[in-house]
Amino acid sequence: MNRRPSTNGPDLSEPVIAARDLAVDLGGSRILRDISLEVHRGEFVALLGANGSGKSTLVRTLIGVLPPAAGTVHLLGADITRRAGVPWQRIGYVPQRSTATAGVPATVVEVVRSGLLAAGRLRPPRDADARVRRALERVDLADRGHRAVAELSGGQQQRVLIARALARDPEVLLLDEPLAGVDAANQASFARTMAGLREDGVTVLVVLHETGPLAPLITRALVLRHGSIVHDGEPPPAAPGHDHDDHDHLHAHGDSRDEHWADERTHGGDRPTGDRSAIRITPGGLA
Amino acid sequence: MSTVAEMFSSPLMQRALIAAVIVGLAAPVMGTYLVQRRLSLLGDGIGHVALTGVAAGWLVGNAMSLTPHDALAIPGAVVAAVIGALAIDLVRARGRTSGDVALALLFYGGIAGGVLIIGLAGGTTANLMGYLFGSIATVSSTDLVQIVVLGALVLGVGIGLRPALFAVSHDEEFARSLGLPVRLLNMMIAIVAALTVTVAMRVVGLLLVSAIMILPVAIAQQVATSFRATMRLAMGVGVLVCVSGLVITYFRALSPGAVIVCLAIAVYAGVAAVRPLLVNRSRARAAQAAFDPHPDHPDDVLVAGIAGSGPLVGGSASGAADTRATTARE
Repeated sequence: MNRRPSTNGPDLSEPVIAARDLAVDLGGSRILRDISLEVHRGEFVALLGANGSGKSTLVRTLIGVLPPAAGTVHLLGADITRRAGVPWQRIGYVPQRSTATAGVPATVVEVVRSGLLAAGRLRPPRDADARVRRALERVDLADRGHRAVAELSGGQQQRVLIARALARDPEVLLLDEPLAGVDAANQASFARTMAGLREDGVTVLVVLHETGPLAPLITRALVLRHGSIVHDGEPPPAAPGHDHDDHDHLHAHGDSRDEHWADERTHGGDRPTGDRSAIRITPGGLA
Repeated sequence: MSTVAEMFSSPLMQRALIAAVIVGLAAPVMGTYLVQRRLSLLGDGIGHVALTGVAAGWLVGNAMSLTPHDALAIPGAVVAAVIGALAIDLVRARGRTSGDVALALLFYGGIAGGVLIIGLAGGTTANLMGYLFGSIATVSSTDLVQIVVLGALVLGVGIGLRPALFAVSHDEEFARSLGLPVRLLNMMIAIVAALTVTVAMRVVGLLLVSAIMILPVAIAQQVATSFRATMRLAMGVGVLVCVSGLVITYFRALSPGAVIVCLAIAVYAGVAAVRPLLVNRSRARAAQAAFDPHPDHPDDVLVAGIAGSGPLVGGSASGAADTRATTARE
C-alpha cells in the first residue's frame, strides 16, 4: 500500500485525532459532554460502550458530519468543524450500514469508486480502477465488483463500505460498528483486513460493541458511558475462557443486543453497560 | 410510407420531434437522482409551483404589453420552479417539516397561485391548459431554442457531475465525510431538477412532467444492476416513449403528454411481466449467494431437492444462538 512519505510535513508527534472539551447535542439533549482525547499515529483505538452511550455520535462528530455544540476537533492537524484546509483524501470513514439509500441499484465498484472523491475532486482520479480493485482485494471481494450491492449479504455489504474507505488509502480510519450483524466468516475477513492496516501504520479508531476477533489488534480502549469517557487506556483483556468459535457463532446468528441486555440483567444493572466477552463497566471504572 | 415522409418533412413536427428527443434524454437523467434520493414526487411539486411562475410570467408580460402575452411564461416557470425546488431542499435539509408535508404545500400552493394570478392577469384557466397538459405540437422556434439550451445544461450537469451527484444521492453522510460540498451539490440537484421540469413542460405538461422523469427510471431499475446502466437505459426508454407517443398523436388526435405517459406505464407493466425471464442466471446465483450467510463455505447439511441448503444451516445455527441467549438471561 502506498503510504505517503512522512518527510513532506506531518509531525509524527502531532495527534492524528484531537478533540478538546467536546459537547454534542442531538434533538435538544446533550449526548456528549467534556470529551477530550488525543489519538496518535499508528494507534488502534477501540471505542466501547453500551447502546446509547454516544459512541456513534462521537465518531460522527470526529469525522465532521455532526457539528459540536462546544469544543474543537482536529483531524491530521486541521479543524474539521470549519471544513477548510482539511486533508480529506487522507481520512477514511466507514459509517453504519443504515446511512445509505437504495433507490436505484448500484454495483460494488460504483459504491467503492465514490470513496475516491474529495473536496475539489468531484470525479474519480485516473488510477481509480486500480485503486478500487486493490481495495476490493483487501476486503476479499475482488470477484464481486460488478454485482449490485443489494444482492450481497449483510456482511459483504459491510465489507463494501470498508473498501469504499480503503480506496482512498487513508492515513486515519474511523469505523462505526463495522462488526454489527456480521457473521463469523465476514468478521474473520474483516479482522484480516484490519491487521493489514495496522501493519501499514494506519491510525484506527473503531466503534465496537464487542472486541471479538479484533481484540489482539487493539492498542488502547476508550469506554464511553452516558456521553462521557469513563476509561481511557489499556485494552480489555480477552475474557477468560473466551471461546472464539462460540462467540462468533452467537454473534453471527443471534441478536447480540439481546445478549448484552441479558448479560446486564444477570449482573443487576439498569442499562446495558458493555461487552460480555470483553469488558464490563462499573461506576468506578472497569471491573 | 408517404405519410411518414410527410410527417418528417413538416417543420412543426420536426421541432416537436427534436423537443421530444431532448426531453426524453434529459428528464430521466435527473429522475435517476430523484429516485435514488427517494424524492420521486419532487418533480411533481416543482411542476405545480412552475404553474404559478407561468401565470406570473403572463401577468408581467401583460403589464409590459408584450406579444404574445405568454412570452415570459417559460422564464417565469424557470424562476418559480427553481425557488420551489430550493425551498423543498431547504425543508428537507433542516428536517423540521416532513418532506411530504412540504410537497403538499407546494402542490396546493402552486396550483392555487397559478389560477389566482392568471385571473389577475386578465386571463382564464383555459390559458393555462397548454402548460398543464403540454402543447408540443405548437413548439415555436424560440421555444425550441430554450428547450435545447436548458436540455443541454441538464445533460451536462447530470452526466458530467455523475460521480459526485451519485455519491451525495447514495449516501449523504458519507459524502460529507469525504469533504464534498454536499449542500452545494444538493442545491444543484434541486435547481437542475427544476430546469428539467420547465424543459419537459411543453412536451407532457406540468401535471405529467414528473412521469417522464420517474417512469423511465422505474422501468430501467427493474433490469439494470448498476447506477450508470439504470441512467442510460432510462434515457433510452425516455426517448423511445416520447418519440413514439408523439408519432402516434400525429396520426390520431390525442394529447401527446397523455399518450407518452400511458406508453411508459405500459412498458413498465410489460417489463415487470417479463422480468423473471430477463434476469439472467448469474443474478439468480447472486441472489442465492445473498441468501446464503456463508457463501464461501461448503454447506455441511444438504437437503434433497433444495439447491444450496445454506439457509437451513444458518437457520439451525440461529436457533442454537437463541437457545444460548435464553440461557444467558436465566
